[in-house]
Order: sequence, then C-alpha cells, then structure tokens
Amino acid sequence: MSFLIDSSIMITSQILFFGFGWLFFMRQLFKDYEVRQYVVQVIFSVTFGFSCTMFELIIFEILGVLNSSSRYFHWKMNLCVILLILVFMVPFYIGYFVVSNIQLLHKQRLVFSCLLWLTFMYFFWKLGDPFPILSPKHGILSIEQLISRVGVIGVTLMALLSGFGAVNCPYTYMSYFLRNVTDTDILALERRLLQTMDMIISKKKRMAMARRTMFQKGEVHNKPSGFWGMIKSVTTSAPGSENLTLIQQEVDALEELSRQLFLETADLYATKERIEYSKTFKGKYFNFLGYFFSIYCVWKIFMATINIVFDRVGKTDPVTRGIEITVNYLGIQFDVKFWSQHISFILVGIIIVTSIRGLLITLTKFFYAISSSKSSNVIVLLLAQIMGMYFVSSVLLIRMSMPLEYRTIITEVLGELQFNFYHRWFDVIFLVSALSSILFLYLAHKQAPEKHMAP
Amino acid sequence: MASLDRMKVLVLGNSGVVKSSLVHLLCQNQVLGNPSWIVGCSVDVRVHDCKEGTPEEKTCCIELWDVGGSVGSASSVKSTRAVFYNSVNGIILVHELTNKKSSQNLYRTLNRDLMPTGVLVTNGDYDREQFADNQIPLLITGTKLDQIHETKCHEVLTRTPFLAEDFNAEEMNLDCTNPRSLAAGSSNAVKLSRFFDKVIEKRYFLREGNQIPGFPDRKDLGEEH
Repeated sequence: MSFLIDSSIMITSQILFFGFGWLFFMRQLFKDYEVRQYVVQVIFSVTFGFSCTMFELIIFEILGVLNSSSRYFHWKMNLCVILLILVFMVPFYIGYFVVSNIQLLHKQRLVFSCLLWLTFMYFFWKLGDPFPILSPKHGILSIEQLISRVGVIGVTLMALLSGFGAVNCPYTYMSYFLRNVTDTDILALERRLLQTMDMIISKKKRMAMARRTMFQKGEVHNKPSGFWGMIKSVTTSAPGSENLTLIQQEVDALEELSRQLFLETADLYATKERIEYSKTFKGKYFNFLGYFFSIYCVWKIFMATINIVFDRVGKTDPVTRGIEITVNYLGIQFDVKFWSQHISFILVGIIIVTSIRGLLITLTKFFYAISSSKSSNVIVLLLAQIMGMYFVSSVLLIRMSMPLEYRTIITEVLGELQFNFYHRWFDVIFLVSALSSILFLYLAHKQAPEKHMAP
Repeated sequence: MASLDRMKVLVLGNSGVVKSSLVHLLCQNQVLGNPSWIVGCSVDVRVHDCKEGTPEEKTCCIELWDVGGSVGSASSVKSTRAVFYNSVNGIILVHELTNKKSSQNLYRTLNRDLMPTGVLVTNGDYDREQFADNQIPLLITGTKLDQIHETKCHEVLTRTPFLAEDFNAEEMNLDCTNPRSLAAGSSNAVKLSRFFDKVIEKRYFLREGNQIPGFPDRKDLGEEH
C-alpha cells in the first residue's frame, strides 16, 4: 500500500519536472525556431525530468521521506531509464538527425544512423580502458559498466566548467579589470567602421559596372569549369577579368577588416555598459562578491593541488567536519543528529539548485551562439546528452558532501564504483581547466588595450 | 556618382544564411555556393535600371546592406548595429516560409531595433495606421519557397499577405537557390523593380524637396570612375 502511495508521489513529481523541461525548451531554447520534430523536445524534457528526479531522491533520502525500500526501487528504475536514454536513445537520434541533414545519405538514413551509433558505442566502450574504474567481475551490460563510463565523461565536463567558472566569475565581477572606455573611443571606431564600409561599396560599384559593360560588350566572363577550363585560364585571360580579381582581393581584405572593427566596437559597447553597471549599487555589491570569489577560487586551486600532490581524498564531508569543529573546539553542544540532517539538506539543496541553474544558463548561451535553423535539432540533442551526463556525475560527486548515513543508498545503487578515483580525476581536470583559463584570460586582457592604441 | 546620391537599402531578418543567398542572388544573379555566417554587416551593390523601358530610363547603383544578427543578441551588439541604420532609403525584410517564428520576429526587429533609432517614424508599438505614414518603402520577402510541402503551400501563402498588410509593404516569395526565381519578366522580378523604383523616387523626392520629382540627366556611371 505504502509502495503505491510512494510511487504515485514519485510519478507526479516526474511529470512536474517533465513539464518544466518542456516549458524551458519552448520558451528559452527554441524561442526563435519552429519545433518540427517533437521527438527532440520529448527527449530533452524526459532527460531533464529523470535527472531532476534523481536529485529529488537524494533529498528524500536525507529527509527520510518515503519508504526506504520504495526509494531503493525508484533509484534503480530511474538509473536504468537514464542510462538507457543517455547511451542508447540520444546518441542514436543525434546520428539520425546528422544524417538527415546530409543530402546524399538521405535515402538510407536509418542504416547510416545505426552505423554512427555503433561507432559511438565502440568509442564509448574503449573509454573505460585507460581508467582503473572497475574490477572485471561485472558483466558487460551491467549498470556499473555503463555508469562508470558516463561518470568519467560527466566528471570531466563538470571539472572543465567548474574550473573555467571559478576563474571567470571574479574576472567578470570585479571592476578592477575593466578597461577605461570613453565615448570618443567608440565614436572614432564607428567612424572607421563606416569608412571601411564606404570603401567596400565604392569598390563593389566599380566591379558591378565593369561587369555590366563587359556583359553588354559580349565578353561573358565565365568561371572556368573542369580540368581543361583551368588550364585554359592559366594561359589566356581577358584583361577585364584580371582587374576584377584584383579588386575582389582588395574587397575581401576590407571585408575582413570591417568584421574586426565591428567586433571591436561591440566589445567597447559591452565594456561601457559594464562600467556603467559597476557604478550602480548592484554593481558595487557584485564587485565585493568578486573579491570574495577570487579568494575562494585561489583556495580551491590550492586544495586541488594539495589533493593531487599528497594523493589524498577527503574522508569526511563538510557537514560532519563543521559539526566536529564546533563541538570539539568551540565547545558548543547541540543535538548532532537533528542538525546534521537539516544542515546537509540545506547544503545539498543549494548545491543541486545552483548547479542545475548554472548548467541551464550555460547551455542556453551556448545554444544561441552556435545554432542555426539547420543544426538546431542536433545541437539540442547534444546539449541534452551533456546535461544528462552532467547530472549523473554530480550525483556521484555529491556523495562526498553528505554524511555517512545518507551515502549508503548511493553506494548501494551504484555498486562498487571507485568513488575516490572520480574525485581525484575531478581535481586534476579542475586544476588544468582553472590554470588554462587564467592563462587564456591573461592573454586576452593583455591583447585588448594594444588594439585601441593603434590609430 | 556624387557621394550625395547614395541609395541605401537595409536587408533585415533573423537568419544570416538566407539573407546572404538572397543578397547574392539580387546582386550577382547567381546562387551563393557556400553561405557562411555573417558577423556585423556585409554590403553588396545591385545595378538597377530605373524606369526600364521608358524614355527616362536611368542606371543606378543600389547598396544592399545585409545587417546580420539574431534577435537574441547582446545589447552591445545591437548598439553596434545601430550604426548601420543611418540614412536608410528602403528596407527589405526577410523571413523563412518554413519557419513561422521568423515572420513573428520581424515585428520584434522593427519594434525594438529600428524604431528607437528613429528610422521609422511611429509612436510606440507598431500599428497599421502608423505604417501608412511611413516614408520608407518596405518589401517583405519570404524565402525557401521550394521547401514547403505541396499540401501546406496554400496555407502558408495565404498567411503571408497579412504580414504585408500589417506593414503596408510589398510582398514577394521566392527560392534563393534557384537563379530563375528572378528571371526577367517573372512576377517577382516585376515586384522587385517596382520596389527599387519606389526607393529611387523617394530618394530624389527627398533631395529636391517639394519640387516635382525629376531625374538628373542621364549619366553613365562608368565614366565617373
């Protein structure tokens, strides 16, 4: 009886998350495109829904809601469904849509998408070899095998994003790094941009009129086609066309210049907006936060280095450690069990919500930047895959932030994974990503002011 | 041509690739082989015979400014694009017939991007009557005509004239990958030359104030360069 009630609660929440994913897809991601293949939307929302259900189950674990056996059952089921989606469905559909875009292979779409999927499975399997993930006593299609590989990819992604975010956040928040931009700078650059456009136009006018007179005089300028055409064009070429190719080269160079100027002007406008924003109250608040985050970022890099160098993985989670410190060193006595439950609930909840929100925002930015009406389906499916892997591995890593008594269910369900390996791998990739972002931002920052000095 | 006699027509719309192929088709009479993403603005020149077939025939160069960009761009990019919106003589709005949202985005483009810069003179939200006063000729072009399935053709083609009525604009649908869409004598070619004629007329009308619009003596542009 209680199992039925629990299941109905779970199913309702799953439907809620599915609906949220559906709305997010329609309102945010696809607001400029028309959804013609509803399959894509369904897959995205289903991935999102099941990932959120996993987080929900963790919360339920901490709070002690629902029957523990039904929780275990739903964990297993959830995990199976998510792995099914991430390993079988999404890659297959990505292959299918990629193949549909290519005109030549349109007829035998299914065959080629199956081929693509098999190639994906092969590389996915090979991924497990260099890592000391598993003992060989598990079967081929067991949950552990699949999850271990998904975990590796997901943890890499998490560490990359986290490393870059840790460095980029103080860089964007703090106004110390803002370059000084005045209105005259912007006006000067705009004038240059318009002058370049004018030059392009006058050259194109010359070309158009020249082409027209050539056409009227009967010298039709054909592009040489085929092998013999190329040989012919080497020996004989009409004098008019030589002129045209010269002008065309000048035009190409000018167009490249105009693109650069446009990007620089947009950059200046963005900096000007940020300067104005930093003068507001909100801006000052974020500036202060920026200093705080930069200290946090330096500390994290330091801790990651120590973890790698001294080959240690933290044994206790922050909650228990914090309680230990307060009880032992500060001598404050309180009901440990009660407080540890609530504090870990709050901490884990914050981690979950910020990571979901952060990921969705990053995905949306990414999607706007690279999608076009042809590739939007493929890109959304790729994002769904990334999202699923990200959430699965955050479940793996969140285990470390919870006190021992709540970790049991994750350990039970996920089997004998080498959790320590994942934490170490996260530290390594985090360090690499943070250091390379620092280098990258430093170079970008150095290069920018020099461009404005040039007349 | 003196620097005062510049005819500037903006080509606006959501998707960059489709606009590039359209502009290429209009200016070079060829299909664009490998369209690529536009950063900023790309310009091309179309040689147009104004008032063809009449004794007042004149050759003009019309500049087509393809200002790239999606509606979801950052505000800094939008401010930069505003630089291209000065002294515009005509606007071509491009949308894809296969994508309903691109035509809805045209409203957004006109509302948010152009009106604040004073290009179109209206008060507040777009309104059919406001557009009637509009001095700048508009042409709405629907592309990807070949990709609409036979059965949906009728439904799509009845939807687009409402768009044109809203903007008080001319309307035209074609397929950018087919060079014969703008073959001489086809209805699209006729609409296009009518639109460009209107642009040129309005331009000279503005320049010469309230006088009866007349054209300068016939000049051969090639001689001046």
